[in-house]
Amino acid sequence: MWDNSMTVMMLEGIRDTIYMTVVSTFFGYLIGIPLGIALTLTDKNGLRQNQAVYRLLDVIINITRSVPFLILLIVVMPLTKLLAGKSYGSTATIVPLTLAAAPLIGRMVESSLKEVNKGVIEAAVSMGAKTGTIVLKVLMGEARTSLLVGVTIVLGTVLGYSAMAGVVGGGGLGDIAIRYGYYRYDTSVMLVTLVFIVAIVQLMQFVGTLLAKRLDHRNNE
Amino acid sequence: MNDTYITLNAICKRYIAKNGTVEALKNISLSIPKNEIFGVIGLSGAGKSTLVRCINLLERPDAGEIIIDGEKLLQLSKEELRLRRQKIGMIFQHFNLLEQQTVLSNVCFPLEIRGIPRRERQEKALELLEKVGLAEKAQCYPSQLSGGQKQRVAIARVLANDPDILLCDEATSALDPETTKMILELLKEIHDTMGITVIVITHEMKVIQEICSSVAVLENGEVQEVGTVSELFTNPKSRAARRLLLLEEKEDAAYVG
Repeated sequence: MWDNSMTVMMLEGIRDTIYMTVVSTFFGYLIGIPLGIALTLTDKNGLRQNQAVYRLLDVIINITRSVPFLILLIVVMPLTKLLAGKSYGSTATIVPLTLAAAPLIGRMVESSLKEVNKGVIEAAVSMGAKTGTIVLKVLMGEARTSLLVGVTIVLGTVLGYSAMAGVVGGGGLGDIAIRYGYYRYDTSVMLVTLVFIVAIVQLMQFVGTLLAKRLDHRNNE
Repeated sequence: MNDTYITLNAICKRYIAKNGTVEALKNISLSIPKNEIFGVIGLSGAGKSTLVRCINLLERPDAGEIIIDGEKLLQLSKEELRLRRQKIGMIFQHFNLLEQQTVLSNVCFPLEIRGIPRRERQEKALELLEKVGLAEKAQCYPSQLSGGQKQRVAIARVLANDPDILLCDEATSALDPETTKMILELLKEIHDTMGITVIVITHEMKVIQEICSSVAVLENGEVQEVGTVSELFTNPKSRAARRLLLLEEKEDAAYVG
Protein backbone atom coordinates (compact mmCIF):
# COMPACT_ATOMS: atom_id res chain seq x y z
CA MET A 1 0.00 0.00 0.00
CA TRP A 2 1.27 3.42 -0.84
CA ASP A 3 0.70 6.01 1.84
CA ASN A 4 2.35 8.93 3.48
CA SER A 5 4.79 6.87 5.48
CA MET A 6 5.85 5.23 2.26
CA THR A 7 6.60 8.60 0.69
CA VAL A 8 8.60 9.62 3.73
CA MET A 9 10.51 6.35 3.59
CA MET A 10 11.32 6.86 -0.09
CA LEU A 11 12.49 10.42 0.47
CA GLU A 12 14.65 9.28 3.35
CA GLY A 13 15.97 6.49 1.15
CA ILE A 14 16.94 8.95 -1.56
CA ARG A 15 18.56 11.21 1.02
CA ASP A 16 20.51 8.34 2.58
CA THR A 17 21.62 6.97 -0.77
CA ILE A 18 22.91 10.35 -1.92
CA TYR A 19 24.52 10.91 1.48
CA MET A 20 26.37 7.58 1.40
CA THR A 21 27.38 7.91 -2.22
CA VAL A 22 28.66 11.47 -2.05
CA VAL A 23 30.44 11.19 1.30
CA SER A 24 32.08 7.86 0.41
CA THR A 25 33.17 9.18 -2.96
CA PHE A 26 34.62 12.24 -1.24
CA PHE A 27 36.60 10.16 1.26
CA GLY A 28 37.49 7.78 -1.56
CA TYR A 29 39.08 10.66 -3.46
CA LEU A 30 40.98 11.78 -0.36
CA ILE A 31 42.76 8.42 -0.55
CA GLY A 32 42.48 7.84 -4.30
CA ILE A 33 44.02 11.10 -5.54
CA PRO A 34 47.33 10.69 -3.67
CA LEU A 35 47.28 7.03 -4.69
CA GLY A 36 46.76 7.89 -8.36
CA ILE A 37 49.47 10.55 -8.24
CA ALA A 38 51.88 8.14 -6.58
CA LEU A 39 51.15 5.51 -9.23
CA THR A 40 51.73 8.02 -12.02
CA LEU A 41 54.96 9.39 -10.61
CA THR A 42 56.55 6.08 -9.64
CA ASP A 43 55.70 4.14 -12.79
CA LYS A 44 58.23 3.61 -15.56
CA ASN A 45 59.23 6.95 -17.11
CA GLY A 46 57.44 8.81 -14.32
CA LEU A 47 58.95 11.88 -12.69
CA ARG A 48 59.88 9.88 -9.59
CA GLN A 49 60.33 6.47 -11.12
CA ASN A 50 60.44 3.79 -8.44
CA GLN A 51 59.53 0.30 -9.53
CA ALA A 52 59.40 -1.10 -5.99
CA VAL A 53 56.85 1.45 -4.81
CA TYR A 54 54.83 1.14 -8.01
CA ARG A 55 54.64 -2.64 -7.80
CA LEU A 56 53.65 -2.54 -4.14
CA LEU A 57 50.81 -0.08 -4.75
CA ASP A 58 49.81 -1.97 -7.87
CA VAL A 59 49.47 -5.26 -5.97
CA ILE A 60 47.57 -3.68 -3.07
CA ILE A 61 45.11 -2.12 -5.47
CA ASN A 62 44.65 -5.30 -7.46
CA ILE A 63 43.98 -7.31 -4.32
CA THR A 64 41.49 -4.86 -2.83
CA ARG A 65 39.77 -4.49 -6.17
CA SER A 66 39.33 -8.23 -6.58
CA VAL A 67 37.41 -8.61 -3.30
CA PRO A 68 33.68 -8.58 -4.13
CA PHE A 69 32.00 -5.68 -2.37
CA LEU A 70 29.60 -7.84 -0.36
CA ILE A 71 32.52 -9.75 1.09
CA LEU A 72 34.50 -6.60 1.78
CA LEU A 73 31.46 -5.27 3.59
CA ILE A 74 31.51 -8.23 5.96
CA VAL A 75 35.28 -8.47 6.31
CA VAL A 76 35.70 -4.87 7.41
CA MET A 77 32.81 -4.91 9.90
CA PRO A 78 35.13 -4.72 12.93
CA LEU A 79 36.75 -1.62 11.44
CA THR A 80 33.34 -0.20 10.61
CA LYS A 81 32.25 -0.67 14.21
CA LEU A 82 35.41 0.97 15.42
CA LEU A 83 35.05 4.02 13.17
CA ALA A 84 31.29 4.47 13.00
CA GLY A 85 30.24 2.95 16.31
CA LYS A 86 27.92 0.41 14.70
CA SER A 87 27.93 -1.87 11.68
CA TYR A 88 24.54 -1.05 10.13
CA GLY A 89 22.90 2.13 8.83
CA SER A 90 24.03 4.56 6.21
CA THR A 91 26.84 6.23 8.16
CA ALA A 92 28.42 2.88 8.92
CA THR A 93 28.18 1.87 5.27
CA ILE A 94 30.44 4.80 4.36
CA VAL A 95 33.42 2.90 5.76
CA PRO A 96 33.32 -0.13 3.40
CA LEU A 97 32.14 2.07 0.54
CA THR A 98 35.17 4.33 0.94
CA LEU A 99 37.48 1.33 1.09
CA ALA A 100 35.95 -0.09 -2.07
CA ALA A 101 36.03 3.24 -3.88
CA ALA A 102 39.60 4.30 -3.03
CA PRO A 103 41.50 1.73 -5.13
CA LEU A 104 39.08 2.20 -8.02
CA ILE A 105 39.60 5.95 -7.80
CA GLY A 106 43.37 5.46 -7.59
CA ARG A 107 43.24 3.60 -10.89
CA MET A 108 40.94 6.15 -12.52
CA VAL A 109 43.15 9.05 -11.43
CA GLU A 110 46.24 7.18 -12.64
CA SER A 111 44.74 6.59 -16.05
CA SER A 112 43.59 10.22 -16.34
CA LEU A 113 47.00 11.61 -15.38
CA LYS A 114 48.80 9.29 -17.76
CA GLU A 115 46.79 10.71 -20.65
CA VAL A 116 48.49 14.08 -20.18
CA ASN A 117 50.79 14.94 -23.07
CA LYS A 118 54.37 13.98 -22.13
CA GLY A 119 55.68 16.98 -24.04
CA VAL A 120 53.86 19.42 -21.78
CA ILE A 121 55.29 17.71 -18.72
CA GLU A 122 58.73 17.90 -20.27
CA ALA A 123 58.26 21.60 -21.02
CA ALA A 124 57.46 22.18 -17.34
CA VAL A 125 60.56 20.22 -16.30
CA SER A 126 62.64 22.31 -18.68
CA MET A 127 61.27 25.46 -17.01
CA GLY A 128 62.59 24.24 -13.68
CA ALA A 129 59.21 23.46 -12.11
CA LYS A 130 59.04 21.51 -8.88
CA THR A 131 57.38 18.11 -9.06
CA GLY A 132 54.56 19.42 -6.88
CA THR A 133 53.87 22.25 -9.29
CA ILE A 134 53.88 19.83 -12.20
CA VAL A 135 51.43 17.54 -10.43
CA LEU A 136 49.01 20.33 -9.60
CA LYS A 137 49.27 22.60 -12.58
CA VAL A 138 50.22 20.29 -15.42
CA LEU A 139 48.95 16.80 -14.52
CA MET A 140 45.78 17.65 -12.59
CA GLY A 141 45.12 20.82 -14.56
CA GLU A 142 45.45 19.30 -17.99
CA ALA A 143 43.62 16.11 -17.02
CA ARG A 144 40.72 17.88 -15.34
CA THR A 145 38.11 16.88 -17.92
CA SER A 146 39.10 13.26 -17.73
CA LEU A 147 39.21 13.43 -13.92
CA LEU A 148 35.70 14.85 -13.84
CA VAL A 149 34.37 12.14 -16.13
CA GLY A 150 36.04 9.73 -13.70
CA VAL A 151 34.09 11.26 -10.81
CA THR A 152 30.78 10.53 -12.54
CA ILE A 153 31.79 6.95 -13.21
CA VAL A 154 32.89 6.50 -9.60
CA LEU A 155 29.66 8.03 -8.25
CA GLY A 156 27.63 5.58 -10.32
CA THR A 157 29.68 2.63 -9.13
CA VAL A 158 29.58 3.68 -5.47
CA LEU A 159 25.84 4.20 -5.69
CA GLY A 160 25.54 0.65 -7.00
CA TYR A 161 27.67 -0.63 -4.11
CA SER A 162 25.61 1.34 -1.63
CA ALA A 163 22.51 -0.47 -2.82
CA MET A 164 24.26 -3.79 -2.22
CA ALA A 165 24.90 -2.74 1.35
CA GLY A 166 21.14 -2.99 1.81
CA VAL A 167 21.62 -6.72 2.31
CA VAL A 168 23.17 -6.07 5.71
CA GLY A 169 20.92 -3.17 6.61
CA GLY A 170 23.03 -0.49 5.02
CA GLY A 171 20.25 2.06 4.66
CA GLY A 172 19.18 3.99 1.60
CA LEU A 173 17.23 2.94 -1.47
CA GLY A 174 19.00 -0.42 -1.80
CA ASP A 175 17.95 -1.27 1.73
CA ILE A 176 14.32 -0.47 0.90
CA ALA A 177 14.44 -2.45 -2.33
CA ILE A 178 15.76 -5.52 -0.55
CA ARG A 179 13.43 -5.28 2.44
CA TYR A 180 10.30 -4.85 0.34
CA GLY A 181 11.16 -6.55 -2.91
CA TYR A 182 13.13 -9.51 -1.56
CA TYR A 183 11.84 -10.17 1.95
CA ARG A 184 8.21 -9.13 1.45
CA TYR A 185 7.73 -9.87 -2.25
CA ASP A 186 6.46 -6.31 -2.80
CA THR A 187 7.67 -5.84 -6.32
CA SER A 188 6.07 -2.43 -6.87
CA VAL A 189 8.07 -0.80 -4.05
CA MET A 190 11.22 -2.38 -5.39
CA LEU A 191 10.50 -1.06 -8.87
CA VAL A 192 9.91 2.45 -7.55
CA THR A 193 13.24 2.44 -5.73
CA LEU A 194 14.86 1.15 -8.86
CA VAL A 195 13.43 4.08 -10.82
CA PHE A 196 14.87 6.48 -8.27
CA ILE A 197 18.27 4.83 -8.38
CA VAL A 198 18.35 5.03 -12.15
CA ALA A 199 17.20 8.66 -12.05
CA ILE A 200 19.95 9.63 -9.61
CA VAL A 201 22.63 7.94 -11.71
CA GLN A 202 21.31 9.62 -14.86
CA LEU A 203 21.28 13.01 -13.20
CA MET A 204 24.85 12.66 -11.93
CA GLN A 205 25.99 11.48 -15.34
CA PHE A 206 24.29 14.42 -17.00
CA VAL A 207 25.73 17.04 -14.66
CA GLY A 208 29.19 15.47 -14.81
CA THR A 209 29.31 15.33 -18.58
CA LEU A 210 28.04 18.89 -18.84
CA LEU A 211 30.65 20.20 -16.41
CA ALA A 212 33.41 18.26 -18.12
CA LYS A 213 32.47 19.77 -21.46
CA ARG A 214 32.32 23.26 -20.02
CA LEU A 215 35.75 22.91 -18.49
CA ASP A 216 37.42 21.50 -21.57
CA HIS A 217 39.25 24.08 -23.66
CA ARG A 218 41.03 21.70 -25.96
CA ASN A 219 38.58 21.79 -28.85
CA ASN A 220 35.96 24.46 -28.35
CA GLU A 221 35.46 26.42 -31.53
CA MET B 1 85.11 35.07 -31.84
CA ASN B 2 83.87 35.05 -28.27
CA ASP B 3 84.87 32.64 -25.57
CA THR B 4 83.26 29.28 -25.27
CA TYR B 5 80.05 29.43 -23.31
CA ILE B 6 78.69 25.93 -23.57
CA THR B 7 81.07 22.99 -23.67
CA LEU B 8 80.02 19.46 -24.39
CA ASN B 9 82.81 17.10 -23.57
CA ALA B 10 82.79 13.51 -24.84
CA ILE B 11 79.06 13.00 -24.41
CA CYS B 12 77.85 9.43 -24.76
CA LYS B 13 74.28 8.23 -24.55
CA ARG B 14 72.99 4.71 -25.00
CA TYR B 15 69.43 3.44 -25.12
CA ILE B 16 68.31 -0.05 -24.45
CA ALA B 17 65.94 -1.05 -27.23
CA LYS B 18 64.24 -4.34 -28.01
CA ASN B 19 66.97 -5.47 -30.37
CA GLY B 20 70.02 -4.49 -28.36
CA THR B 21 71.45 -1.17 -27.31
CA VAL B 22 71.35 1.89 -29.53
CA GLU B 23 74.20 4.33 -29.29
CA ALA B 24 72.44 7.65 -29.75
CA LEU B 25 75.46 9.83 -29.04
CA LYS B 26 79.01 8.65 -29.52
CA ASN B 27 81.64 10.72 -27.84
CA ILE B 28 80.35 14.13 -28.85
CA SER B 29 82.38 17.22 -28.09
CA LEU B 30 81.29 20.72 -29.04
CA SER B 31 82.16 24.25 -27.99
CA ILE B 32 79.48 26.86 -28.42
CA PRO B 33 80.48 30.51 -28.11
CA LYS B 34 78.44 33.00 -26.16
CA ASN B 35 75.79 34.95 -27.96
CA GLU B 36 75.84 32.81 -31.05
CA ILE B 37 73.06 31.14 -33.00
CA PHE B 38 74.46 27.67 -33.25
CA GLY B 39 72.83 25.07 -35.47
CA VAL B 40 72.86 21.31 -35.19
CA ILE B 41 71.68 19.60 -38.34
CA GLY B 42 71.11 15.97 -39.15
CA LEU B 43 68.56 13.58 -40.55
CA SER B 44 66.08 11.99 -38.19
CA GLY B 45 67.77 9.43 -36.01
CA ALA B 46 71.08 11.28 -36.13
CA GLY B 47 70.85 12.00 -32.41
CA LYS B 48 70.37 15.74 -32.57
CA SER B 49 67.31 15.83 -30.34
CA THR B 50 69.03 13.66 -27.77
CA LEU B 51 71.99 16.01 -27.93
CA VAL B 52 69.98 19.17 -27.27
CA ARG B 53 68.08 17.44 -24.48
CA CYS B 54 71.40 16.67 -22.84
CA ILE B 55 72.17 20.37 -22.57
CA ASN B 56 69.42 20.94 -20.01
CA LEU B 57 69.67 17.36 -18.79
CA LEU B 58 66.21 16.29 -19.86
CA GLU B 59 68.35 13.34 -20.85
CA ARG B 60 71.28 12.43 -18.65
CA PRO B 61 74.28 11.34 -20.69
CA ASP B 62 75.95 8.07 -19.72
CA ALA B 63 79.36 9.67 -19.93
CA GLY B 64 80.89 13.05 -20.59
CA GLU B 65 80.62 16.57 -19.27
CA ILE B 66 78.36 19.53 -19.87
CA ILE B 67 79.83 22.84 -18.82
CA ILE B 68 77.86 26.04 -19.07
CA ASP B 69 79.63 29.24 -18.16
CA GLY B 70 82.18 27.27 -16.16
CA GLU B 71 79.55 25.30 -14.25
CA LYS B 72 79.52 21.53 -14.53
CA LEU B 73 75.86 20.67 -14.96
CA LEU B 74 76.17 17.00 -14.10
CA GLN B 75 77.57 17.87 -10.70
CA LEU B 76 74.65 20.05 -9.67
CA SER B 77 72.24 18.80 -7.05
CA LYS B 78 68.63 18.23 -8.05
CA GLU B 79 67.58 21.57 -6.63
CA GLU B 80 70.50 23.47 -8.18
CA LEU B 81 69.70 21.91 -11.54
CA ARG B 82 66.05 22.90 -11.21
CA LEU B 83 67.02 26.51 -10.62
CA ARG B 84 69.62 26.48 -13.38
CA ARG B 85 67.04 25.18 -15.83
CA GLN B 86 64.97 28.30 -15.28
CA LYS B 87 67.62 30.17 -17.23
CA ILE B 88 67.80 27.64 -20.06
CA GLY B 89 64.70 28.08 -22.17
CA MET B 90 63.46 25.42 -24.54
CA ILE B 91 60.94 25.44 -27.35
CA PHE B 92 59.60 22.34 -29.03
CA GLN B 93 58.33 21.04 -32.33
CA HIS B 94 54.84 20.54 -30.93
CA PHE B 95 54.85 23.71 -28.81
CA ASN B 96 53.82 21.89 -25.62
CA LEU B 97 51.47 24.55 -24.31
CA LEU B 98 49.01 23.91 -21.49
CA GLU B 99 45.85 23.21 -23.47
CA GLN B 100 43.49 23.96 -20.59
CA GLN B 101 45.00 27.35 -19.84
CA THR B 102 44.67 30.65 -21.63
CA VAL B 103 47.53 32.07 -23.66
CA LEU B 104 48.14 34.56 -20.85
CA SER B 105 48.41 31.93 -18.12
CA ASN B 106 50.68 29.87 -20.34
CA VAL B 107 53.11 32.77 -20.52
CA CYS B 108 52.66 33.37 -16.79
CA PHE B 109 53.50 29.75 -15.94
CA PRO B 110 57.30 30.02 -15.74
CA LEU B 111 56.91 33.12 -13.57
CA GLU B 112 54.45 31.29 -11.36
CA ILE B 113 57.02 28.52 -10.99
CA ARG B 114 59.45 31.12 -9.69
CA GLY B 115 56.88 32.49 -7.27
CA ILE B 116 56.50 35.91 -8.86
CA PRO B 117 53.34 37.68 -7.60
CA ARG B 118 50.29 37.47 -9.85
CA ARG B 119 50.09 41.12 -10.84
CA GLU B 120 53.76 41.33 -11.75
CA ARG B 121 53.70 38.15 -13.81
CA GLN B 122 50.62 39.21 -15.74
CA GLU B 123 52.23 42.52 -16.57
CA LYS B 124 55.36 40.84 -17.83
CA ALA B 125 53.39 38.21 -19.73
CA LEU B 126 51.36 40.86 -21.53
CA GLU B 127 54.54 42.70 -22.42
CA LEU B 128 55.98 39.53 -23.92
CA LEU B 129 52.79 38.74 -25.82
CA GLU B 130 53.02 42.25 -27.22
CA LYS B 131 56.57 41.51 -28.30
CA VAL B 132 55.54 38.38 -30.22
CA GLY B 133 52.51 40.17 -31.65
CA LEU B 134 49.82 38.22 -29.84
CA ALA B 135 48.60 40.62 -27.16
CA GLU B 136 45.04 40.48 -28.46
CA LYS B 137 45.01 36.68 -28.06
CA ALA B 138 45.81 36.78 -24.34
CA GLN B 139 42.45 35.37 -23.29
CA CYS B 140 42.29 32.73 -26.03
CA TYR B 141 43.07 29.06 -25.55
CA PRO B 142 45.82 27.32 -27.56
CA SER B 143 43.23 25.29 -29.49
CA GLN B 144 42.01 28.55 -31.02
CA LEU B 145 45.43 29.43 -32.44
CA SER B 146 47.31 28.41 -35.57
CA GLY B 147 50.60 26.53 -35.36
CA GLY B 148 52.66 29.66 -35.88
CA GLN B 149 50.73 31.51 -33.21
CA LYS B 150 51.19 28.62 -30.78
CA GLN B 151 54.93 28.70 -31.34
CA ARG B 152 54.94 32.45 -30.73
CA VAL B 153 53.15 31.86 -27.43
CA ALA B 154 55.79 29.26 -26.59
CA ILE B 155 58.48 31.81 -27.41
CA ALA B 156 56.84 34.44 -25.20
CA ARG B 157 56.64 31.81 -22.46
CA VAL B 158 60.28 30.88 -22.78
CA LEU B 159 61.34 34.54 -22.61
CA ALA B 160 59.47 35.11 -19.36
CA ASN B 161 62.43 33.86 -17.35
CA ASP B 162 64.97 36.00 -19.26
CA PRO B 163 66.95 32.95 -20.27
CA ASP B 164 70.61 33.17 -21.24
CA ILE B 165 70.34 30.08 -23.41
CA LEU B 166 67.51 29.16 -25.76
CA LEU B 167 67.24 25.60 -27.05
CA CYS B 168 65.07 25.11 -30.13
CA ASP B 169 64.22 21.47 -30.75
CA GLU B 170 62.85 21.31 -34.31
CA ALA B 171 60.89 24.44 -33.45
CA THR B 172 59.76 25.09 -37.02
CA SER B 173 59.40 21.52 -38.26
CA ALA B 174 55.63 21.45 -37.77
CA LEU B 175 55.13 24.75 -39.58
CA ASP B 176 54.69 25.72 -43.23
CA PRO B 177 57.55 27.56 -45.01
CA GLU B 178 55.94 30.99 -44.64
CA THR B 179 55.35 30.59 -40.91
CA THR B 180 58.78 29.05 -40.48
CA LYS B 181 60.28 32.20 -41.91
CA MET B 182 58.33 34.40 -39.52
CA ILE B 183 59.31 32.33 -36.50
CA LEU B 184 62.96 32.34 -37.54
CA GLU B 185 62.88 36.10 -37.95
CA LEU B 186 61.39 36.41 -34.49
CA LEU B 187 64.12 34.17 -33.04
CA LYS B 188 66.78 36.22 -34.77
CA GLU B 189 65.33 39.45 -33.48
CA ILE B 190 65.22 38.04 -29.95
CA HIS B 191 68.81 36.93 -30.27
CA ASP B 192 69.93 40.30 -31.55
CA THR B 193 68.08 42.38 -28.97
CA MET B 194 68.38 40.22 -25.87
CA GLY B 195 71.79 38.66 -26.35
CA ILE B 196 70.78 35.05 -25.85
CA THR B 197 72.86 32.09 -26.93
CA VAL B 198 70.58 30.10 -29.21
CA ILE B 199 70.96 26.46 -30.18
CA VAL B 200 68.84 25.38 -33.12
CA ILE B 201 68.21 21.72 -33.88
CA THR B 202 66.84 21.03 -37.33
CA HIS B 203 66.85 18.74 -40.32
CA GLU B 204 66.38 21.63 -42.74
CA MET B 205 69.35 23.38 -44.29
CA LYS B 206 67.11 26.40 -44.91
CA VAL B 207 66.77 26.97 -41.19
CA ILE B 208 70.54 26.84 -40.74
CA GLN B 209 71.04 29.18 -43.68
CA GLU B 210 68.44 31.61 -42.40
CA ILE B 211 69.65 32.26 -38.88
CA CYS B 212 72.70 30.27 -37.78
CA SER B 213 76.27 31.52 -37.72
CA SER B 214 77.92 28.19 -36.94
CA VAL B 215 76.75 24.68 -37.42
CA ALA B 216 77.54 21.11 -36.45
CA VAL B 217 76.55 18.26 -38.74
CA LEU B 218 75.43 15.13 -36.93
CA GLU B 219 75.10 11.65 -38.32
CA ASN B 220 74.78 8.31 -36.54
CA GLY B 221 75.37 9.97 -33.21
CA GLU B 222 78.67 11.48 -34.28
CA VAL B 223 79.73 14.99 -35.21
CA GLN B 224 80.77 14.88 -38.87
CA GLU B 225 81.93 18.45 -39.12
CA VAL B 226 81.71 21.80 -37.37
CA GLY B 227 82.22 25.20 -38.89
CA THR B 228 80.68 28.45 -39.96
CA VAL B 229 77.58 28.26 -42.08
CA SER B 230 79.24 29.83 -45.11
CA GLU B 231 82.03 27.24 -44.93
CA LEU B 232 79.48 24.47 -44.87
CA PHE B 233 77.66 25.78 -47.89
CA THR B 234 80.69 26.57 -50.00
CA ASN B 235 82.92 23.72 -48.97
CA PRO B 236 81.21 20.84 -47.19
CA LYS B 237 83.84 18.42 -46.00
CA SER B 238 81.81 15.50 -44.77
CA ARG B 239 79.68 13.13 -46.76
CA ALA B 240 76.78 13.81 -44.38
CA ALA B 241 76.92 17.54 -45.07
CA ARG B 242 77.03 17.03 -48.82
CA ARG B 243 74.08 14.71 -48.62
CA LEU B 244 72.05 17.23 -46.61
CA LEU B 245 72.88 19.97 -49.10
CA LEU B 246 71.92 17.73 -51.99
CA LEU B 247 68.63 16.81 -50.36
CA GLU B 248 67.84 20.47 -49.99
CA GLU B 249 68.61 21.16 -53.65
CA LYS B 250 66.38 18.34 -54.78
CA GLU B 251 63.60 19.66 -52.60
CA ASP B 252 63.98 23.11 -54.07
CA ALA B 253 63.92 21.72 -57.58
CA ALA B 254 60.77 19.80 -56.80
CA TYR B 255 59.26 22.89 -55.28
CA VAL B 256 59.93 25.06 -58.33
CA GLY B 257 59.13 22.39 -60.88
